[in-house]
Amino acid sequence: MEQRRPILTLKTGTFFLSPAIFFVILFLIVPFVWIIVVSFTNQSLTGATALNPEFVGLQNYLDLFNFDTWLTRGNFGSSMIITLEFVIGSAWIGQVVLGMGLAIAFYRRKGALREFVNTLVILCWIIPDVVVAFSWSAYLDRDYGTLNAILNLIGLGRPDWQLAFPLFAIILFNSWRGAAFSMLLFSSALATIPPSYLETAEVAGASFWQKQRDIILPLLRGHILTDMVLITLWTFNTFSPFLLTGGGPAFKTEVISIFTYRIAFKFFDFGMGGAIAVVAMVINFALALVYLLMLRKQAVYS
Amino acid sequence: MASIVLKDLSKTFGKVVAVDQVNLTIQDGEFFALLGPSGCGKTTTLRMIAGLETPTSGTIFIGDQDMTNCNPRERDVAMVFQDYALYPHMTIEENVGYPLKVRRINQAERKQRVTDVSNNLGIGSLLERRPGQISGGQQQRAAVARAVVHHAQVFLFDEPLSNLDAKLRFESRGFLKHLQKELQITTVYVTHDQAEAMALADRIAIIDHGKVAQVGSPQEVYLRPQTVFVASFLGNPPMNLLPCKLDLAKRQVQINGSQIDVSQVSQINGIKTLVSEGENLSLGIRPEHISLYAEETAQAFPAELYVTQPLGSEVLVTLQVAETTVSVRLFTDEPPELPRRVWLKPDPKRILLYRTDGNLVA
Repeated sequence: MEQRRPILTLKTGTFFLSPAIFFVILFLIVPFVWIIVVSFTNQSLTGATALNPEFVGLQNYLDLFNFDTWLTRGNFGSSMIITLEFVIGSAWIGQVVLGMGLAIAFYRRKGALREFVNTLVILCWIIPDVVVAFSWSAYLDRDYGTLNAILNLIGLGRPDWQLAFPLFAIILFNSWRGAAFSMLLFSSALATIPPSYLETAEVAGASFWQKQRDIILPLLRGHILTDMVLITLWTFNTFSPFLLTGGGPAFKTEVISIFTYRIAFKFFDFGMGGAIAVVAMVINFALALVYLLMLRKQAVYS
Repeated sequence: MASIVLKDLSKTFGKVVAVDQVNLTIQDGEFFALLGPSGCGKTTTLRMIAGLETPTSGTIFIGDQDMTNCNPRERDVAMVFQDYALYPHMTIEENVGYPLKVRRINQAERKQRVTDVSNNLGIGSLLERRPGQISGGQQQRAAVARAVVHHAQVFLFDEPLSNLDAKLRFESRGFLKHLQKELQITTVYVTHDQAEAMALADRIAIIDHGKVAQVGSPQEVYLRPQTVFVASFLGNPPMNLLPCKLDLAKRQVQINGSQIDVSQVSQINGIKTLVSEGENLSLGIRPEHISLYAEETAQAFPAELYVTQPLGSEVLVTLQVAETTVSVRLFTDEPPELPRRVWLKPDPKRILLYRTDGNLVA
């Protein structure tokens, strides 16, 4: 094959790229390194340590992983457990499973119902976060909310959703918001499966569940993996629940991103905030690594 | 083992009538072909037998049982698709054994039956491979093995040979016919390839615009097509159809200024009730039933030579008769030297006469 000649010399190319490289370094690499440095100090926003932070070694990390108190509400361990519940509830069940269910339900179907549901689901996805959070707030409000108006009408009373079931409220909110992505991804993946695969199975006598288990799931393996990792990462890092509950009541919905925010920007403890961010980053890296390894394994397999 | 009866079977998609009042009886153990151009409704008919489409109206009996509204799994049929539909994530063994797996047959028996069938079909050494690692012909055999393995009472084939090259197609044709004769399982075979239908089937139904144009053995439909559509669909090249004028009293037709005697045409005596004196008809004659003369001959009509095509064991001659193109097949391996103007004499016993509405009258 003929060697391709670059249309720009290395010098010109570097010149054109330099603004982008500059901003990437300024806003990504520098904070990235800075946060690691900060996590080993007692830097804060105000007070003596704001100007002259001291190096405290691993103290911030030791405080985070202080196993005597870390499961107490408002501490790191407790926040991790809430995050885990939030990820399982709103990412795996509420988005991956629900998105796949919707995609399968509308597989090779046409008509008004499909278009209607599609439009609704995608609408949920494209409306800005703040608007959605406000709508949910209004929907779940104890005295004036739509949901309680309906429940009250059929005689089920007026529970205070955001006080009594705060975690459930943000799980619902995040699922509602994100299911569209998984649905679209699985719909397009399903469309690549030739109809004859399922028809052959049908004629051979396979039931609905046998078809899902033996044909759809194995063929969508790669898509499920991709979807799962992406959604998990997004959900792990999302800050939107803050708009609905502010992390409360009593830290009950304080997922790791909100926890970081509170420590760093409400308690002004940058050192501790940095340490949490670094731990979160390590978890993200681990997830991404697992994903890449599994993708590579899959490539070898096929 | 089962016969199949289709009664007044229709299927419409919106306003499009895909299958229109089809009535067919397929005998137990018969190899039956549904033949027609693409979009004629043959595949839809097959899919209704399989249970993959629900008929708009009409009834389907498989082995005396009304199966019109049954699920595919209750019908005990096996189907082979054009793309074979082998599952890429399963080995050939898992693919072939899949119908047994969904029927919850235990692993030992499954393995035994898959091995038997695969050895029988010549793919016994490929069981560990995946579909992507074997050739098109082997894939086709694997798909057939999957259909054979669970002893269904009916086989349904949807153009199973069209993805193969010409040489493999010929091989697979023999393989399928041999297998069907060995297993004696009622088979419905959909194809648009008339040679395939003729070569394989005990009987053929030619479908045109959702309707059955003719049903019969390959010989019947080839030699006595009931309509102009069937005549021009079967044969390569198809039957010649020449406009002619009927002289009832003399039992003659006039073509290109010559008189051709039609008194030996079968059923010529019944023609009086169907046509009137002097009516314009089409004379149908197969390319191999025409003799070619260099000089003027009795019972022959003149034609202009267009081109000759030697095909090895035979020579195909194309000519012009007035506005119509005529093909003549000569069984010779030496291309003849022909003058520009020749005379064509149809075999008087092989002549067919069609009315302008396309129906056979004699």
